[in-house]
Amino acid sequence: MPQNADRVLDHATLFREPEYEAMFEAKRDAFECPHPSDKVQEIADWTKGWDYREKNFSREVLTINPAKACQPLGAVFAAAGFDQCLSMVHGSQGCVAYYRSHLARHFKEPSAAVSTSMTEDAAVFGGLQNLVDGLANASALYDPKIIAVSTTCMAEVIGDDLNSFIIQAKEKNDFSKEFPVPFAHTPAFVGSHVNGYDVMVKSIVSYFWDKEEGDPTPGEAINIVPGFDGYAVANNREIKRMMDLMGVEMTMISDVSEVFDTPTDGTYRMYAGGTTIDEIKAARNAKATLSLQHWCSEKTLEMVKEDTGQTTQSFHYPMGVTATDAFLMAVSEITGKPIPESLEVERGRLVDAMTDSQAWLHGRKMAVFGDPDFVYGMTAFLLDLGVEPVHCLATNGNPAWEEKMKALLADSPFGKDAQVWSRKDLWHLRSLLATEPAEFVIGSSHGKFLQQDLGIPLIRLTFPIFDRHHHHRFPTMGYQGGLRVLVTLLDAVLDKVDRDTEQPGISYDLTR
Amino acid sequence: MTPLDTPGGSVSGEDLIAEVLSAYPDKFAKRRSKHLAVARTPEGEESPSCGVKSNVKSIPGVMTIRGCAYAGSKGVVWGPIKDMVHISHGPVGCGHYSWSQRRNYYTGTTGVDRFVTMQITSDFQERDIVFGGDKKLGIMIDEIESLFPLNKGVTIQSECPIGLIGDDIEGVAKKKAKDIGKTIVPVRCEGFRGVSQSLGHHIANDTIRDWVLKDNANTEGGTDYDVNVIGDYNIGGDAWASRRLLEEMGLRVVAVWSGDCTLSEIEHAPKAKLNLIHCYRSMNYICRHMEETYGVPWMEFNFFGPTQIAKSLRAIAAQFDETIQKKAEEVIAKYEPMMDAVLAKYKPRLEGKKVMLYVGGLRPRHVATAYDDLGMEIIATGYEFAHGDDYKRTSPYVKEGTLIYDDVTGYELDHFIQKLRPDLVGSGIKEKYAIQKMGVPFRQMHSWDYSGPYHGYDGFVVFARDMDMAVNSPVWGLTKAPWKAAS
Repeated sequence: MPQNADRVLDHATLFREPEYEAMFEAKRDAFECPHPSDKVQEIADWTKGWDYREKNFSREVLTINPAKACQPLGAVFAAAGFDQCLSMVHGSQGCVAYYRSHLARHFKEPSAAVSTSMTEDAAVFGGLQNLVDGLANASALYDPKIIAVSTTCMAEVIGDDLNSFIIQAKEKNDFSKEFPVPFAHTPAFVGSHVNGYDVMVKSIVSYFWDKEEGDPTPGEAINIVPGFDGYAVANNREIKRMMDLMGVEMTMISDVSEVFDTPTDGTYRMYAGGTTIDEIKAARNAKATLSLQHWCSEKTLEMVKEDTGQTTQSFHYPMGVTATDAFLMAVSEITGKPIPESLEVERGRLVDAMTDSQAWLHGRKMAVFGDPDFVYGMTAFLLDLGVEPVHCLATNGNPAWEEKMKALLADSPFGKDAQVWSRKDLWHLRSLLATEPAEFVIGSSHGKFLQQDLGIPLIRLTFPIFDRHHHHRFPTMGYQGGLRVLVTLLDAVLDKVDRDTEQPGISYDLTR
Repeated sequence: MTPLDTPGGSVSGEDLIAEVLSAYPDKFAKRRSKHLAVARTPEGEESPSCGVKSNVKSIPGVMTIRGCAYAGSKGVVWGPIKDMVHISHGPVGCGHYSWSQRRNYYTGTTGVDRFVTMQITSDFQERDIVFGGDKKLGIMIDEIESLFPLNKGVTIQSECPIGLIGDDIEGVAKKKAKDIGKTIVPVRCEGFRGVSQSLGHHIANDTIRDWVLKDNANTEGGTDYDVNVIGDYNIGGDAWASRRLLEEMGLRVVAVWSGDCTLSEIEHAPKAKLNLIHCYRSMNYICRHMEETYGVPWMEFNFFGPTQIAKSLRAIAAQFDETIQKKAEEVIAKYEPMMDAVLAKYKPRLEGKKVMLYVGGLRPRHVATAYDDLGMEIIATGYEFAHGDDYKRTSPYVKEGTLIYDDVTGYELDHFIQKLRPDLVGSGIKEKYAIQKMGVPFRQMHSWDYSGPYHGYDGFVVFARDMDMAVNSPVWGLTKAPWKAAS
């Protein structure tokens, strides 16, 4: 009997006990009707070769382990960044259960959103009544200042007219016409979560700006749109801290850093922090709007430019030295505020750390996957570090991204062998890594199977991270974030060096 | 009337219900009132009645915790069947959010002869909505054949758009099954169907009946001791801990539906002499079908906690001969010292602790006795997607005065917990972090909070350890800053 009250075995070890191993074998032989194990091995080996890679790359419609989610997830994330703003997703209710679970699993935090819970009758007659009832209940229970409506694919396919539905719903509930209910169409069959983020930020901001009268009166402040970022809690704070050090007045448009990081002190706060309505209104009179993630904000920046004539500029997840330099210099140029000594010291410290450690990273081969801006920012930092990127892959990357990536890589001697893959999934990446390996793969928890199948260690540095805790509570952007990323890479490399030298036991080094 | 204890004195369950209902607009207070009740024993009856309405639409805008039919079919019933490829047919999201999230453990080589933890999707684009996805589906099945030649079949798990754009997935399934000579199952589990995951379970059961058993049921070559375990999804290895006990008492487990399950096990299940059903809510349909069509009787059992395990082992054994009955007693006796040791270790730490549950369709009643075994008391419980027959089955498990909530809304659950301040809440990931912030210990009771198994004797040891570590963690003493706590 393997189990024991004093030495409790859970799944991690219990099923390795001989009683269970024997049971698995007997089950397999008697009931599973399995393929012979040599056949399984043969196919397993075949899936790691060039022949399979070609077959894998010739598929036209099948998608396997794509590293992207759907638009409404991005919309729900974006809406969570506004003060007392409640997401209401119009359509089937299961979708909302999924977004909430997904965000909770990453942040280890609650995620609030409601659904209009449409079912078969709404598929036939439309979801107007659901929206009317949903608005009544959500505002009675949760006292939101804004209700941000996005859509599931059900509502999109049946063609519900959100604009007219919302007007009618307010009337039927005797709501003031002024009660803010911005909406964005977020069909799951278009784009990915980064586009859903973009359209929701745009719709919330333009909802309030459209009601403002007169031309904007540009002041000294700037706006910053952070984009869909699993590290937003720490990164948003880091960006605000750097702007504060520069004396730059700024408004972060959609700031989830409080709502996804509330304290445990006996009270659950469904709302916390976020951009206020007054701040949104004031943002119209900013000098410029900057986006930290270009592909999360194309429509938002276009709207800002058209509506206000503000200067707009976008970045690609500013990580590490070069990208942070570029970001700060751009801010300095726009605002006229110099980059202070204190930030220069921080920069120097990061460079100092890099000089201490460069020998452990120089020439290492790494693959990167994730959202387009993350892959760009991560790759740029790897080039700073002398790492040689092997494959850079974004399932939701487009040809423009691919082109920009190639330009970035071409600019560095460390990037000359890298390959860029847009609209490819993680099953493609498996073939790539099996045939043209990297020593490490950088991405989200979804890369876990790559480590298991190919023995290539996974370095978790982007959303979603389900199987490690609290990484997102430390920044990855800016110089401070660069330090954190550097340490994460180094730990992975040095752990591997230790593992690799444990067996022969010759090069036992206490100091490195 | 039995009042419920709160930190500020006692409160009647009826008053608590009135408090939450007062927050709703009248129309919806009336609707929600039918789903909230206090268990009371009607005159002349032995156990309290739960007395709530269930299995009706959630009201919009209230943060229901429920999922959808797709989650019930792909996520629960079909997803764990390990040698088939399950296509999330439609846009990318549904398959993405449910990717590797139910912990249906299995043996084998993922991506080669096993496919459970993969996200296989048709990733619908706008043109697929406009022109239909049937052609794409046919090509997909060919591509699956080419990349995963060891698959035993394919299921098509419909997402919302499929039923709305009028695709003929049944036609594609029939044609491609002929082309490739394997089982292909079209499942109409679009998320807008029904009111919760529950209809997805039913639809999935019906497709097992119509697209697997109808043509491929195998009733040959059974023994007198053949059983199936129905409705065990092998969360954290549950089905393995259960299987061991059944084998130890001399039974032959032909199939487990659907944890660590293969297509072959499904096909051979009708030869069994008895179906043992754990999750009644999600799989009773197929038990009834097998009874009608193949004459396989079925019985419910409960493998949570030593009291129910022993009771179930004896009840199962009673369906067989004396050899099995004798062995069942031997199994119970074999594990008794270990159970005694577990209770001696954990019961003193957990005795009298108050528990609130809110889970799916089985556990709100099935785990109650396991808590009883540890000396803990269930003060409130409810289901996401139970039907009337589940609440009837709940009666013997609950005590007078227990608060009962059906399809509880986030608002109601938060309010009840804040007022009752239980020592432990068992529910899901969406509830976990909000409740912990209130300073209340929590365990996920869908996923076993990444632990498990919880079934069987081996599982109960893990269950007891986990409840203890949740309730007795020193961190709960730190939630108030000392300078605040003093004032």
